[in-house]
Amino acid sequence: MLRVNDLKVYYKTPSGYIKAVDGVSFEVKKGEIFGIAGESGCGKSTLVNSLILRKPPMIHMGGEALLEGKDIMTLDEKEYRKIRYTKISIIPQYSLNALNPTKKIREIVWDLAKEHGYTDKEEIESKLRERLRMVSLSEQVANMYPIELSGGMKQRVVMVVSTLLDPKILIADEITSALDVTNQRIILELLYYFIKEEKIVDSIIFITHDIGLLDKIADRIMVMYAGKAVEIGPTEKIINKPTHPYTQLLLNSLPRLGINYEKERLQGIPGEPPALLKPPSGCRLHPRCPYATDICTMKEPEMIEIEKSHFVACHMYRG
Amino acid sequence: MIISRETLRIALGNTKFKVGLAIILIFILWAIIGPLLTPFDNMGYYPVKFGERIAPKPSLPSLKPGSIGEIFTPQGVVKVKHYLGTDSFGRDIYAQLVYGLKSSLVIGLIAGGLATLIGLLIGFVAGYKGGWTDEGLMMITNIMLVIPTMALLIIIAAYLPYRGVGIESLIIGLTAWPWTARAVRAQTLSLKRRGFVELAKISGMRESKILLKEILPNMMSYVFMVFILQFGGSILAAVGLDFIGLGPTRGMSLGIMLQQAVLWNAINLGYWWWAIPPGLVIAILITGLYLINTGLDEIFNPRLRRE
Amino acid sequence: MKNGSMLRVENLTKVFNTGFIKGFEIRAVDDVSFTINKGEIVSLIGESGSGKTTIGKLILHLLTPTSGRILFKNRDISKLKGADLKAYYQDVQGVFQDPFSSVNPLHRVDHVFDIIFENLLKDVDEKEKNVLVEDALRNVKLNPKNILGKYPHQLSGGQLQRVLLARALILRPQLLIADEIVSMLDASVRIGVLNLLGEFRDKYGMSVLFITHDLSLGYYISDKAIIMYRGRIVEMGDIKKVFHNPLHPYTQMLLQSVPDLNVKWEFKKRIEPEKEEKGIYAISGCRYVFRCPRKVEICQKDRPELLEVEKNHWVACHMYKR
Repeated sequence: MLRVNDLKVYYKTPSGYIKAVDGVSFEVKKGEIFGIAGESGCGKSTLVNSLILRKPPMIHMGGEALLEGKDIMTLDEKEYRKIRYTKISIIPQYSLNALNPTKKIREIVWDLAKEHGYTDKEEIESKLRERLRMVSLSEQVANMYPIELSGGMKQRVVMVVSTLLDPKILIADEITSALDVTNQRIILELLYYFIKEEKIVDSIIFITHDIGLLDKIADRIMVMYAGKAVEIGPTEKIINKPTHPYTQLLLNSLPRLGINYEKERLQGIPGEPPALLKPPSGCRLHPRCPYATDICTMKEPEMIEIEKSHFVACHMYRG
Repeated sequence: MIISRETLRIALGNTKFKVGLAIILIFILWAIIGPLLTPFDNMGYYPVKFGERIAPKPSLPSLKPGSIGEIFTPQGVVKVKHYLGTDSFGRDIYAQLVYGLKSSLVIGLIAGGLATLIGLLIGFVAGYKGGWTDEGLMMITNIMLVIPTMALLIIIAAYLPYRGVGIESLIIGLTAWPWTARAVRAQTLSLKRRGFVELAKISGMRESKILLKEILPNMMSYVFMVFILQFGGSILAAVGLDFIGLGPTRGMSLGIMLQQAVLWNAINLGYWWWAIPPGLVIAILITGLYLINTGLDEIFNPRLRRE
Repeated sequence: MKNGSMLRVENLTKVFNTGFIKGFEIRAVDDVSFTINKGEIVSLIGESGSGKTTIGKLILHLLTPTSGRILFKNRDISKLKGADLKAYYQDVQGVFQDPFSSVNPLHRVDHVFDIIFENLLKDVDEKEKNVLVEDALRNVKLNPKNILGKYPHQLSGGQLQRVLLARALILRPQLLIADEIVSMLDASVRIGVLNLLGEFRDKYGMSVLFITHDLSLGYYISDKAIIMYRGRIVEMGDIKKVFHNPLHPYTQMLLQSVPDLNVKWEFKKRIEPEKEEKGIYAISGCRYVFRCPRKVEICQKDRPELLEVEKNHWVACHMYKR
């Protein structure tokens, strides 16, 4: 469906390049929810935003992203506008403010459809009504202004708008981080329903800092650290048998119901994520990694397949 | 403390700010030194001594820029160079221009300063105190805002028999503050809700100290920009008043020069050196202020910084 | 329960009015009572709009209650002023959600310590002060050399939040109000900050009101839990009892929504999405009635009171009325 090869996306600053995404490769298959997890500043958001809209200071430094065999990194803005919303669509991180406050939902949707060459207003509006029902909103919502909706309702409306033109790939960038747990669960259920049952979209890329969410919804997970992918594999493997030290540390620092300070002391990861202006040499985790050896400080580990469709970039698993 | 070295570094790296600042500094310097270097007075006359008395005498009328004028004095004929020529009455244009620039800058400083100060005070108190104080102050501000300022200025100016630069500044300053007050109030409201105010409170800091040490310093960059805007606005307002003949009754300003040039058909008579220089100086001055302002915007707002 | 009760909140209510004319009431905190004992970590758990942050601010004397009382060591704090208020702030301190907005961007981070010494610890001389600050920073696992003299934007969120924790702890407060203090931090540094709270409690017997929306964090660090919904307590008690035997339908739904690694989700039973809640603060019954799957007629009319259904476990729901 989507193949990303050795993608490099940097930010240009007066003090040099910030290597936000530095040689990341992965593949998103048809019918799957592909999760990307990582802490703030690991490049996950830059990665997906570069697929949709590159503007300065964001620069594409190398690599390709093939959507149905076509490299979307080289499209110009005009060509791109054609495939946005129809082939690839994003629900951005701050999507709660993304809706034009002066227009009714119905008008927002029609403007969008018109731009992509739709002419039958009735068809679009009936589709909108149907989709609103799908996300448990009343048809009346179409006639409301964004300001009249609560956070959770707005998020569902944004979902409907982003998927109305049936994009192949839907990117969801931290869409639940501003929501309460109950609304978060509702949104996850809806995403699941959209792809697995209604098959409105072919694939979903779900980006989050909360790996626990991916455990619930993703088919496969990519863990990123400091602009690099460190581990890619099926959700079950990543969560229950993590191989990369970073994935292990991250999962161990996650509190779970049933673990109490009195009984069991969890440990965080020592240190802080590195600045990407001057990332550490070799493996970028080495200053924080308990297993680091000399080679880790010198040589960058390559991504290797340690078992079927489970990849890890760590020197511990060489040969 | 308020303007850190970091800010200064960014400021001096910003081309718009540098160019704007250079223009304004050159004009200020010119307005200070210019009058000292011309033998003419502020109206463009040549002061001639008759014993104890000093009488202003005109030169030859309608001279082109760079011509040599002749002034007849009891001591004999004095020859003087007119850099920008003379007007229909033989008055030196260059002298009018530098004195006019000086008074325009003074008006900008006093009126702009006054408007900023009043706006800051009212906006700050309204925003910080809230409640009925806020409601009351904002009511006054909104009333002031809907009264057309120019009309008010005309009425006030017309009722004053004697008007100097000071009075004009006062009138402009006292009418230009309302939007500043509103903007400052909004800023204060948002700053007041910031976490560091609460942190100062639970650190046992007194309210007056919180105002002075935590909130006010955060507004200085904003106030500075407001002042620059008010400065330019006041100069333009003064030019407007002068142009319709309600400027200072004695003295010279850029607006009065323009008014007289138009009044005595300078353009029709082809005396471009009378009409163009004051207009040009106003335009460059306002451009300079505009550049400073957009430059400052980029300096204080990291998101606008283009690197 | 009575011995060592540090903070007692009695029938606390805070009403906000929106707009001067034709405004409506928001009963952010509505008739809330609870106690915090010495050395206890209590989680105040709720979603946005539950009133949890308002309670924290009321206890920190940053807001004035509409009615009800807050008693710290049996003394009503609402009338505190001047020297008394300063003394109160030596005992009760707070750390807030966003570390970056909690510091003045114009001052170096040292400023947060300076203002404490200027106002609350006037007797401490300069030399002693430096020792105290450096110790406090080391206590929160920071190297003073890397922190002091820096501007806030030169630190990471995790470092800055530790600085603010160090600031509060320098006073050795008896009660710390920790309002969502880790919600903006990365997962890898979050647990370290929580452990600090636990360590300080163990060392100095400090009590903590840990305000959070994250149930697993609450479970990890606390002894007691208070679950709030729309300004009212729906369930509270011993942390294990509340989490392992949730009684209120709201608590049950919250726990179902936690993306916990131990449980698998089934995407079949749909959770009821939020609905229009017009007039939620005006109804006489239970506020959860709009979303409750088990509501009956009485829920509309009568507001359920908190009942102790088992030892140290209270719930406000008509289902448990005897």
